[in-house]
This record gives sequence, structure tokens and C-alpha cells, in this order.
Amino acid sequence: MADVLVLIDHTAGLVSRAASELITAARALGPVHAVAVVRAGEADAPRAMAAQFGASKLSVIEAVDGHPITPSVDALASIAQASAPAAILITSGAKGKEIAGRLAVRLGSGLLTDVIDVAQDFSATQSIFGGSTVVHSKVTHGAPIITVRPNACEPVASESTPEIVDVTVAHTSSGVTVTSRQAPVKGGRPELTEASIIVSGGRGTNGDFSPVESLADALGAAVGASRAATDAGWYPHSNQVGQTGKTVSPQLYVACGISGAIQHRAGMQTSKTIVAINKDADAPIFELADFGVVGDLFNVVPQAAAGVLARKS
Amino acid sequence: MKFLVCVKQVPDSWAEKKLGADSRLDRAGVDAVLNDLDEYAIEEALRICENSGGNGEGGEHSITLLSMGPDRATEAIRKGLSMGADNAILISDEALAGSDALATSLVLAKAIESSGANIVLCGTESTDARMSVVPAMLAERLGWPQLTFAGELKIDAGANKVTIKRMTDEGIEEMEASLPCVVSVIEKINEPRYPSFKGIMAAKKKTIETRSLADVGVSTDQVGSASSWSAVVDSALRPPRSAGIKVVDEGNGGNELVSFLADKKIV
Ligand SMILES: Cc1cc2nc3c(=O)[nH]c(=O)nc-3n(C[C@H](O)[C@H](O)[C@H](O)COP(=O)(O)OP(=O)(O)OC[C@H]3O[C@@H](n4cnc5c(N)ncnc54)[C@H](O)[C@@H]3O)c2cc1C
Ligand SMILES: Cc1cc2nc3c(=O)[nH]c(=O)nc-3n(C[C@H](O)[C@H](O)[C@H](O)COP(=O)(O)OP(=O)(O)OC[C@H]3O[C@@H](n4cnc5c(N)ncnc54)[C@H](O)[C@@H]3O)c2cc1C
Repeated sequence: MADVLVLIDHTAGLVSRAASELITAARALGPVHAVAVVRAGEADAPRAMAAQFGASKLSVIEAVDGHPITPSVDALASIAQASAPAAILITSGAKGKEIAGRLAVRLGSGLLTDVIDVAQDFSATQSIFGGSTVVHSKVTHGAPIITVRPNACEPVASESTPEIVDVTVAHTSSGVTVTSRQAPVKGGRPELTEASIIVSGGRGTNGDFSPVESLADALGAAVGASRAATDAGWYPHSNQVGQTGKTVSPQLYVACGISGAIQHRAGMQTSKTIVAINKDADAPIFELADFGVVGDLFNVVPQAAAGVLARKS
Repeated sequence: MKFLVCVKQVPDSWAEKKLGADSRLDRAGVDAVLNDLDEYAIEEALRICENSGGNGEGGEHSITLLSMGPDRATEAIRKGLSMGADNAILISDEALAGSDALATSLVLAKAIESSGANIVLCGTESTDARMSVVPAMLAERLGWPQLTFAGELKIDAGANKVTIKRMTDEGIEEMEASLPCVVSVIEKINEPRYPSFKGIMAAKKKTIETRSLADVGVSTDQVGSASSWSAVVDSALRPPRSAGIKVVDEGNGGNELVSFLADKKIV
């Protein structure tokens, strides 16, 4: 049975939950050949993850070019050319999709992005147009290159001792020099794309996110924001949900003081349960809310936070 | 410098989008507009030109819009011209219907190669398919440096140097390369202008050159749904989300919300 190549997503050596989901999903499709492309000192966590989640083979490749994309393309292309994998799976995000795009060109393989499920025959399920349509698609040329969305499945550990596969990578030069790197600011709360609950605030918070944060902390949730809130500088852009922010699909999404503009919906519409708090009874967000409270968020949200904490104790 | 900005015609974001019987986006039933994010790329090209000798007649630079799409894409392109771009190339051919990202990037790259452009600017994502892959694919096909997700862009033509701040989840990376290169911009980079009346009038006289696949040098069997690298098997509309319970807060709204979450076993 041909291997399934899986690129382990990490940021400066910190592996994401999405990477463990991807290995879990790939295991069901064939023996997993995990690939980690790292800079010096970043190999430990990806190596541990490959073993914890049951990869059969592992290749750790040191990047010789500073570009965020091309070293991974070089590595995957070299391995794919040498080993003819059944498919190549990559986490769907800004970086993963760019890697997948270049790789598809280099290998002459078809590409499917933002996939939520991969079947045994490597056909894929995509949820498009903000979740209104479900599509099944397949790759018709070459080994399928598929990027899978975070949160598409539950990671399930399965210890293994991966065989270490040394590969000769044909490194290319990106022509780009990276002159500085600034890591993203990480708070103590869960990551947006990985959280099972998200509480978001919009213009209605008027810059005061404390009720939103206290409900988020009571629920163990991540904090999201509308573009109105990130544009105003109330919350970092990395927390923006929507068309030009993150696409999220949590179990529960709570929108506080958010009107529900189409660009915001595009990023949260596929959430399992949606709750909205808005003082305008006609706000479009109520059209998709499973539960809506028409009222002032500064009254409703703190009461809800206190109620959640009371139930826990 | 010769700027080339890639722009896509997409259905209006407000319109309900659906797939037609042929599993392709039903573009007939909805208004077509210029992809929002491509306006930022046009704006950035305009600003760079305005700060360094201007574009158009008498200017030092030129800005050409490049699009692949149906004939009616000219309406969307016209908007970019009225913002201030100088002219446009539209690659339109029956054989292109149903093309995937590999085919799209192939056709665009061919057109870029013969255009004499020094720099290609793109949006980061189209609002319809949202793949966010075309700029990276263009860099791969052209063999040009890839400077994507730029929240800041500086060009020093004299020193042959382009610098960007790449802004993604990974943080901020400052990077530089020489011309020619492919750049994509994020929406934080600027605030696109509204076309002025003068701009709209001037755009009517600007040329949109329509090219066929043969003109670009791609054979019809390399593209289109029959020869694409991927295909849609089937599609279904998910039942629309229906509005659920809505209560008016009369002092107990927060508690009612908690009860709802408890019923759902979320808390
Ligand atoms: C190219 C492009 C990309 C975009 N990308 C995104 C994106 O990624 N994400 C995104 O979110 N937006 C995006 N937008 C912006 C989007 O169109 C909306 O402008 C934005 O989502 C509005 O944010 P909001 O709902 O917080 O603000 P508003 O629309 O102003 O809504 C505020 C809401 O708060 C309510 N409110 C006010 N005070 C209170 C109170 N005390 N208690 C309860 N409710 C209150 C009001 O009734 C109102 O409904 C994009 C726009 C463009 C053009
Ligand atoms: C719902 C849907 C799902 C799809 N899924 C897939 C899929 O899984 N795999 C696949 O291979 N194809 C897919 N396609 C086809 C693919 O969208 C088109 O080939 C498209 O032109 C490239 O992808 P994009 O629009 O997402 O571009 P993006 O990569 O998101 O666009 C980024 C930038 O590239 C430039 N650009 C993109 N397209 C053009 C154009 N036609 N003309 C000029 N500039 C352009 C613009 O500057 C744009 O801002 C899908 C199409 C739809 C409608």
C-alpha cells in the first residue's frame, strides 16, 4: 500500500493541534509518512508528534532557505518523486495552501483545498460558499494534494516508532531573503482555529472586551473579533473571524455586539451552535442564531458568565 | 516600471452563490463585481506610482490589469480602470470554462511572461473560491520570488529591491527580493479609493484587450473542465440555517442563555 505523505504543521517548532488531526485522518487512508521541515532546534516537537499519533515513517528535513514556503515544497516534491505516495496531505491555512499550490504546479498534481473530509479513494468533501453548499471532488491527475481544515476531526493518539527515512532533497533558491521574524503574540487562551468554543465581540463592545473575555474564560473559550473591532485596534488582527480573518467551525460560537455582515458570516457560518447577543432585534446575525438574546451585551454577557461559573461550582 | 495586477471577476459577496447543474458556479444569476481584495492590489500599485513619477500618460510607470474570465468580466475590469489603472488584458475563451487553479495559473503565467511586466500584484484570495493559491502558483510557474501576504510593500527600483512585511498567523516576517517578483497584498495594506467621476469617464476610453487561449500560447487541451487536474463529483445545498429561539432581555437574558447551553449539554 502506498504511503500517505503528511506535512507536520508547526510554527518555530511549536506543533499545532491541526497537525495531530491531520496524522489521525491520514492513518485511516494508508501508512503515514510524516514530513517535518524545520530550522535548527525545531525538530523535537514534530518528531514527538509523529510518534504519538502513529506515523509509520518520518523524515525531518532542515530548511536551507529562509522562505516560509519553498523549503517545504522542495522537501515534499523530492519525497513524492522518489516514493510515489498515494496522496499528500497538508493543513489548510495561509502557509499550507501556498505550499500545496506550488507543490501542485511542480508535481503536475491536482489540488483540493479547505477539505473537511477525505474518503478512502481520496475524494474529498469541501464546504463552500460560507457553508451553504457541500461538494465532493476528486483529483484527476497525479497524486492528490489535499489541504485539510483544522477542526475537521478529533485527534486520536496511537503510539508508534516511526522508521526514520533519510531523503535527498533537491533544494531550490527562493530568491527571497528574510530579514526579520516576529512571532505572533500568544495569549493564555485557546487558539481560534482549534477552540471548540469561541466568544466574539464586535463594534457593539465599544472597545470594552472585558464581558466577552469573562464569558470566554468561564467557558474555556477562545476570543474572536469582528473586523470592526480589529480595525479599531480593540483586538489583534490575528483574532479576526471572517472572510479576511480566520474561518472557524467550533461547537459553539457566541457573537456579542456583532451585526452579522456577510464577510463575518463567511468565517463562522458552519459553527455547530450559534448564539447571538445584540440590542437590535433586526440584526442579520439572528437569522443564523440557534439562540438569540435581544439586549445590551453589557447586561446579558456578564450575567451569562456568572451563570456558567455558578453551574461549574 | 510595468505593474501587472491580477484581478478576478466574482459574484457580488451579498448575492447567494450556488453551483449550477454542471457543478460550476452559477454566474449567470448574480451580479458580477471586481474581487474586493484585488482592489487593494490596484490601490497599492496606484500609490506606489503616484509617489514615484506617476502612471499613465506622461508618467514613468504603467499599470495593466490582467484577468482570466468570461467576456462580461469587462464590467469588473472597468472598475479597476476607473480607479486609475491604465489598460487591461482579458483572457477569455470558451475552452477555459471549468478551469481549476492549476489551469488558471498556467494561463495567467503565460500572459505575464509575454507582458514585459517587472512586478505582478495580486489579492490574497478570491471571495468566491477562496483558495488563496494563485499568487504562489504564479511564482512557481514564473520562477520569480514569492512575496505574499504583504501588509506593507516598498519598492526601490533603483536598487532593484522589493521589501514586504508578510503578515499571517505565523507572525510578521520582513523579507526582500529583487525584481521581477510576485506580490500578494492583504486588506490591511491600504484603503482602496472610490473611482472619481473623472476616473469613470477616463476609463471608458481605456483599452481592454481580449485575448484567446491561442493568443496566449496555451492549447485548448491543456485547460478547461475536460483536462483540469481536479473535478467536482457532486454537490448539494446544505439546508439553510434557520433562525432558532430569540428572547428579549428583560433582566434574565443571560440566565436564559445559560439554560439553553445547559440543554445543549455545552455547560
Ligand atoms: C473586503 C472586506 C473584507 C472583510 N472581512 C471581514 C472579516 O474577515 N471579518 C469581519 O467581521 N468583517 C469583515 N468585513 C467587514 C464587514 O463587512 C463588517 O463591516 C463587520 O463585520 C462589522 O463588524 P460588527 O458586526 O462588529 O459591527 P457593526 O456592523 O457596526 O455591528 C455592531 C452591532 O452591535 C450591536 N450593538 C451595539 N451596541 C450594543 C450593545 N451594547 N449590546 C448589544 N449589541 C450592541 C449593533 O446593534 C450592531 O448590530 C470585511 C469587509 C470587506 C469590505
Ligand atoms: C467554490 C469553488 C471551489 C473551487 N475549488 C477548487 C479546488 O479545490 N481546486 C482547484 O484547483 N480549483 C478549484 N476551483 C477553481 C478555482 O477557483 C479557479 O481556478 C480560480 O481561478 C483560482 O482559485 P481562486 O479563485 O480561489 O484564487 P485565489 O488563489 O484565492 O486568488 C488569489 C488572487 O489570485 C488572482 N486571481 C485568481 N484568479 C484569477 C483570475 N481568474 N484572473 C486573474 N487573477 C486571478 C487574484 O489577484 C486573486 O486575488 C474552485 C472554484 C469554485 C468556484
